Amino acid sequence: MNAKNILYCGICSFPPEYCEFGLSFNRCKQWLSENNSELFNQLYSDEALANATSTLSLEKEEKISKDLLKKQQKEEARVERELAKKLQSKVTIKRIERNKRKHIISITGLEVFDIELKKLSKTFSSKFATGCSISKTADKKDEILVQGDLSDEAKVFIENLLKEKGLNEVKVEQIDDKKIKKKAAATGAPA
Amino acid sequence: MFKKFSKEDIHSRSNIKSSVQRGLKSNFVDTYPGLEPIIDDIIPKKSQAILIKCEDKIQLYSIDNEIVLFQHFDDLVPTLKIVHKYSDCFPKVQVDRGAIKFVLSGANIMCPGLTSAGGNLPEENLEKDRIVTVYAEGKEHALAIGRLLMSSDEIKSKNKGHGIELIHYLGDGLWNLQE
Ligand SMILES: [Zn+2]
Repeated sequence: MNAKNILYCGICSFPPEYCEFGLSFNRCKQWLSENNSELFNQLYSDEALANATSTLSLEKEEKISKDLLKKQQKEEARVERELAKKLQSKVTIKRIERNKRKHIISITGLEVFDIELKKLSKTFSSKFATGCSISKTADKKDEILVQGDLSDEAKVFIENLLKEKGLNEVKVEQIDDKKIKKKAAATGAPA
Repeated sequence: MFKKFSKEDIHSRSNIKSSVQRGLKSNFVDTYPGLEPIIDDIIPKKSQAILIKCEDKIQLYSIDNEIVLFQHFDDLVPTLKIVHKYSDCFPKVQVDRGAIKFVLSGANIMCPGLTSAGGNLPEENLEKDRIVTVYAEGKEHALAIGRLLMSSDEIKSKNKGHGIELIHYLGDGLWNLQE
């Protein structure tokens, strides 16, 4: 007996026959048609759909597909909303002067992109051999603080991270906090 | 068991001793005799199993970066990926199409979902507490693994209430855990 070779859906990770019960059915189908047309036809060709048998009554079957469709549409709308939100957001890298020679940088806006701050902070501290910590800005946003004048390096690194997530369009903004430091601290940075 | 499971539930990882690994292997085969001819494919002789201790006394065993089985008290359970590969080595039951969405949300399986026209239970009796792999009407692959809350004969005769406690299913925290 040999191990069966199983194809898993590249979108929802299920065996494709179960994609219909997931929340990303349309994207799953698209994926399967591009990656395994044989299985796609086996599951979704007109003939396959006509031959699919079920012991459930027609009403029950209709109710299942209606419920699923509703859920899937909701999920699709959510994914779209989230993507739009991501594309409108940006990452900010602020260079803060500690004294004449020392700088730290503060990185904010990462959480929107599902980037784990803890992990990134660890990566930074080992990659740049420096101290990193997670803290909150004056207006209660999560930030990563990195010791050292590493604004450019951090920008490149974060841009690559975003690229991996298919979010090339997201801006990574660099600001220099030299002059506005006092003012910002007094009024609280704008949201 | 793994509905809300995530990386944060992992406490530690460690290599296990080869003697412990041999014991694990023979336990696994004792629990599922069908595994005998292929156990060396799942846990190769020269492999190093890693024990991943988790919250709630769950212990996962990983080989070559794939979790192949887990232990919870006395239960030794294969992961669904292993069940998909070696489906004929484990006892099977089947739910009807109407039960699929409930199973995929992690719910225990009700007896009628197993005894209806679309469901299926093996002819010979399976004892209470047996670990079974769960299939579905019209589908080829298993979608879950569970433990019988009553014997399969009782499920047929009583046909009421929970028949199977769901342990592991497509899309749960263990399924989504990346090694
Ligand atoms: Zn899918």
